[in-house]
Amino acid sequence: MNWHRIRVVCTTDLRQLWQSKDFWVPMLLLGSIFFLFVPLLLLSTINSVGEGATAQRLAQQLDVLPAATQAQIDENLPAGSPPQSRVIYALAVFLLAPIAVVVPLTISAAVGAATIVGERERGTGEFLAHSPASTREIYLGKLIASFIPGYLTTIGGFAIYSVLVNAFLAPRAGRLVFPTGPWWLLILWVLPAFLLLALSLILRISARVRSTAAAQQAAGLVSFPLIILGYTQSTGALFGTNVVQITFVLGGVAWVVAALSLASGMRSVRRSDLLGVANNR
Amino acid sequence: MADQPPPVGDRSQTSAPELVVEIRNASKRFGTVPALSNLTIVAPRGRITVLLGPNGAGKTTAIRLVTGALTPDSGSVRTFGLDPDADGEEVRRRCGVVSAKPALYDRLSGWDNLRYAASLYGLGDDALDRIDDAATRFGIRDALDQQVGGYSTGMKTRLALSRAILADPDLLLFDEPTSGLDPESSQAVLALIRKMTGEGRTVVMCTHLLIEAEGLADQIVVLDTGTDLLTGAQDELVARYWPYPLVRLEAERPLDPGRLATHDAVHTVAPHPAGGLQVELTDRALLAGLVADLVGEGIPLTRVDPHEPTLEELYFAVRRDRSAAEAVAS
Repeated sequence: MNWHRIRVVCTTDLRQLWQSKDFWVPMLLLGSIFFLFVPLLLLSTINSVGEGATAQRLAQQLDVLPAATQAQIDENLPAGSPPQSRVIYALAVFLLAPIAVVVPLTISAAVGAATIVGERERGTGEFLAHSPASTREIYLGKLIASFIPGYLTTIGGFAIYSVLVNAFLAPRAGRLVFPTGPWWLLILWVLPAFLLLALSLILRISARVRSTAAAQQAAGLVSFPLIILGYTQSTGALFGTNVVQITFVLGGVAWVVAALSLASGMRSVRRSDLLGVANNR
Repeated sequence: MADQPPPVGDRSQTSAPELVVEIRNASKRFGTVPALSNLTIVAPRGRITVLLGPNGAGKTTAIRLVTGALTPDSGSVRTFGLDPDADGEEVRRRCGVVSAKPALYDRLSGWDNLRYAASLYGLGDDALDRIDDAATRFGIRDALDQQVGGYSTGMKTRLALSRAILADPDLLLFDEPTSGLDPESSQAVLALIRKMTGEGRTVVMCTHLLIEAEGLADQIVVLDTGTDLLTGAQDELVARYWPYPLVRLEAERPLDPGRLATHDAVHTVAPHPAGGLQVELTDRALLAGLVADLVGEGIPLTRVDPHEPTLEELYFAVRRDRSAAEAVAS
């Protein structure tokens, strides 16, 4: 495998994506909604209710959380923190952040779904099919090009989200509280594996369907359960005891499955998939 | 892992095979639709081989077999003596392809399109010089900074041609390269193709335009429904189809075919579609004697027109025979 060609396929796809404002502006908006506007609205609302009865009632809802989770809240906030701080912490770490897992998967799925069938629809697949690049190099180049926008959104989104959360909580805690240890693991270890797993499946779909629209519909079907899985697993990992260990193991399993799926995906894509011909699958 | 491919092939190598492309008895189906059926094409080094046939004849599929973009269901393909399926990288590195649709990235500039190709083909430090040379050669240099989406059809074709020669390929595969071009641009493209074979490259070109093939092709392969009907140089094919010299005769009054057929110089006589008679001569040198005899018999000839059959006539004759054979078979 020639890594130079993989990098060239990847950077050319990214350059084209950069030229497609009609694609990335809506995606930027989606990221802003999940990482900035919704958290800002919710955290501001909680912040504005003051320390009165409403905050007390909200804090009482936290009693339904597992004991280990409640202990996490207490460990990360100074002793005797007001109920309002506990609610903001719980919302920021356990409710809103897992929802944001949706964004990178959605963005990467949208890019990945169009990547091979798009070449075929535009006729540019003919150029790639006649080029010296192997199908594995093309597959990997395109997979990385689909991964980067989603994962960059994760990094950028969580950076903004961290600033926002810390703006509310750091003055109360006396230190930066987000990302927490488990969230670092989720962002750096678990989420990339889930993204790669989803993309390995989506690129296979993109190679087989007849149109970008069909690829995006099918990609939605694939990515939806993965989004649910990603959300539930991250939430579950965050709520349990031995959070770091569980998150690490979860990530390890996701990497193994993603690696197997990638290997299988690389083998499955054929040169004729790049051409505008019916194939013999 | 190799980060850079080996250098581009050397056309001066004397050990290379004389036949650059050998497709033998290749068949290919797309689902239930047969695309190729027992197709045989050979393209000699340094020559222009034109694949001539109507839409759906299998020309594009044949080109795709040559680079290994498609593999045949049966039969064999050798390009530079290599199997494109097993040695695809080596084969494709030595091929330059211009597809029927220019296959360019509309959102990228001309420069970026050429740079992409240069990188995939592993061109090294001189890539920018090569891009500059290729674009200048096809008269597209000044438009390279523009986004390709804004190019005219002619500009796109010129850019695709520039891209095809970037890696200095030994074999050029053109799939209807003048499609969508005005006559002037078409002529310019054909002249460039001719020039490239003069530099030692081998060209395989698909077209359904007889006028393009005529005069350009060193070898013509007539295709229909995925099968090669006829292969050879135009003169050879004409001689094979019409082994006797042809002459069209017209007179002020109707000529008597029966009388003509008895003359020593005449092989056959048939009505000419445009009027008068079409006479196959046993020998062109006997034409003067035939005319003298007819005039001597008081026949007032108004036309004596020695006729060289065109590629168009050949093409339609081949297809007519094919249809007749199919009708008999069915």
